[in-house]
Amino acid sequence: MGIYSKPVVFAVLSALVILIGTIVTVFIPLFMPSTQPVSPLIKPYTAIELEGRDLYIREGCNNCHTQTVRPLRTEVLRYGEYSKPEEFAYDRPFLWGSRRTGPDLNRIGGKYPDSWHYRHMQSPQGMFEKSNMPPYGWLAENPLDTRYSIKKISVLGYGYSAAEVEQQIADYKAKVTAASYDSKETRDQVTPEKLRNDLTEMDAMIAYLQKLGRDVKNLEAKK
Amino acid sequence: MSETGYEYRVVRGFAFSALFWLVIGLVVGLWIAFEMFNPALNLTPWLSFGRLRVVHTNGLGLGFGLAGIFATSYYILQRLTRAPLAFPKLALAHLYLFNVAIALAALSLFMGMNTTREYAELEWPLDVGVVILWVMYAINVFGTLLKRQEKQMYISLWYIIAMTVTIAVLYIVNNLAVPVTLFKSYSLYAGANDANVEWWYGHNIVGFIFTVPVLAMFYYFLPKATGLPIYSHRLSIISFWALIFAYLWTGAHHLMLTPLPEWIQTVAIAFSIFLIAPSWGSVVNGYYTLQGNWDQMRSNYLVKFFILGITFYGLQTLQGPLQGLRTLNAFFHYTDWVVGHVHMGTMGWVAMVISASFYYMIPRITGNELHSIKLANMHFWLILGGQLTWTITMWIGGIQQGAMWKATNPDGSLMYNFLDSVTSLYPYYKLRFAAGLVYFVGILIFVYNLVMTVRKRPVKA
Repeated sequence: MGIYSKPVVFAVLSALVILIGTIVTVFIPLFMPSTQPVSPLIKPYTAIELEGRDLYIREGCNNCHTQTVRPLRTEVLRYGEYSKPEEFAYDRPFLWGSRRTGPDLNRIGGKYPDSWHYRHMQSPQGMFEKSNMPPYGWLAENPLDTRYSIKKISVLGYGYSAAEVEQQIADYKAKVTAASYDSKETRDQVTPEKLRNDLTEMDAMIAYLQKLGRDVKNLEAKK
Repeated sequence: MSETGYEYRVVRGFAFSALFWLVIGLVVGLWIAFEMFNPALNLTPWLSFGRLRVVHTNGLGLGFGLAGIFATSYYILQRLTRAPLAFPKLALAHLYLFNVAIALAALSLFMGMNTTREYAELEWPLDVGVVILWVMYAINVFGTLLKRQEKQMYISLWYIIAMTVTIAVLYIVNNLAVPVTLFKSYSLYAGANDANVEWWYGHNIVGFIFTVPVLAMFYYFLPKATGLPIYSHRLSIISFWALIFAYLWTGAHHLMLTPLPEWIQTVAIAFSIFLIAPSWGSVVNGYYTLQGNWDQMRSNYLVKFFILGITFYGLQTLQGPLQGLRTLNAFFHYTDWVVGHVHMGTMGWVAMVISASFYYMIPRITGNELHSIKLANMHFWLILGGQLTWTITMWIGGIQQGAMWKATNPDGSLMYNFLDSVTSLYPYYKLRFAAGLVYFVGILIFVYNLVMTVRKRPVKA
């Protein structure tokens, strides 16, 4: 048998054999717009939501929480409308996850007020005694780093100008530090005094969680 | 260098690197297993589950798995070509840089530099490092093959070549990203495409690290350890080509019922079922190799490892495709069932075969007798018992959780809230932790046995 005594030919042949399935199931779909459709009803993340998403990534939240509701009766009952491809057009990377140690989060946005999240992130066990979620109170002790927000938004091509990014950051800061903020009391409880007038990592994380699944209602209303 | 001119320092270096990262990876595994039923161990951000889980998977997959593959393949390569490594100094540089890279990888993951791509979590500067290390390895693989003394390439070499080529393609394509800073990048792909690329990688990295090179070890060390030739050369040819062809189509069975286009999911299911055939081709080849000599299961301590190992491989490759079927997947996916499935492959098949390969190889490259066969037998029974308890516990837990998620009251409402389904698993998590401890003790005995073997004075001939 010829190829079994020709290592280079063998390597080239192996490469061709593994590339067939790769081309058909991965490379070709990359160039088909139907694989990842885009809808104007799904808005890209704001700078704050994106910073929150990057913290979600840094902390590896995806190791315990999925972000895709399957089209199954009990799943829709538990979480809400099943996930649509358009919802993920701005997700780089995708965060669908592979294990539900905690519940799915693709429909968490708007389910609870911000105060619920501040309290829960600070101490999951304070809210649910037997929960195994790690506490994340220390996120409120870290000021939010927005030095790269403009660059991140431009790399991702979300279409916001530098001025818009700065405005988004300023607006969100004004929102959570205002006396009229509906979750002010809880936020003040979990945030150290010196950071109460600044944005913290916890603020951004909660902004991101509140964005998840928000736009799907518009998508469904249109259908 | 030994008298024959073979480069064994690098083999020995990688073998002990593998053992080192194995112990570290298992300690982290035990830590996160404890966190699953007692969150008090999430002491600092560095020790929180979300960060530690990737240290565990990378430490064992890249640290233990790859080092084990490098150790055995550098050995197999030289023996089967009857030629010393083409570039021994390059191989030694590979060894040192590899360990530096794994240490940096662990550190970066502890710090939260994590791209979230499963089994490819490292940020882009480390990805570049991994590619350089892989090129260093590939140069020696092909360099040695080209100056070989033995004309025909034996089965194990096919698997080593296929791995060398495929890992390069998988790793580079999946990790393409746009850097923002030195420590942060965004994937080149978005949403469903990103998921499709990642699970094409995720599934095949398991295939080409935990299957293909381990089969190379199996096909080489089983005949060596038993003195019996492989049952069928023709079967091994068919299995090889069918395996590497079909593997690459199946990644999307990890994305069943997600927003990924349905046709990609269905193609993946079909090829997953097909994949049973070449997988079992190797299982059958292994079993039949022993025909008429099954007494070696008792008389030869190495054979147990290989035969149980290939048995777990066989079970793994039946379970996997079945889990990919839509109806079963709807029930099992996202539960601990899948965690059990993965660990049967890693703790059963991969660890068993690497253990036996090291037991065969280390005495031969050092010229020492194995320190203790009795300890090797103890190691076998502890890791077998630990692994079986571990995986079966997780399967039962997975079935329970899947059933609780689906259970409804007569009025159609959900019977359990999510937290009920979590807390009901705590007894299983405790048992899993205990089983992990048993397994860990088995591994410590393994390490001790090999350390004592190399520390002996060489027997002068």
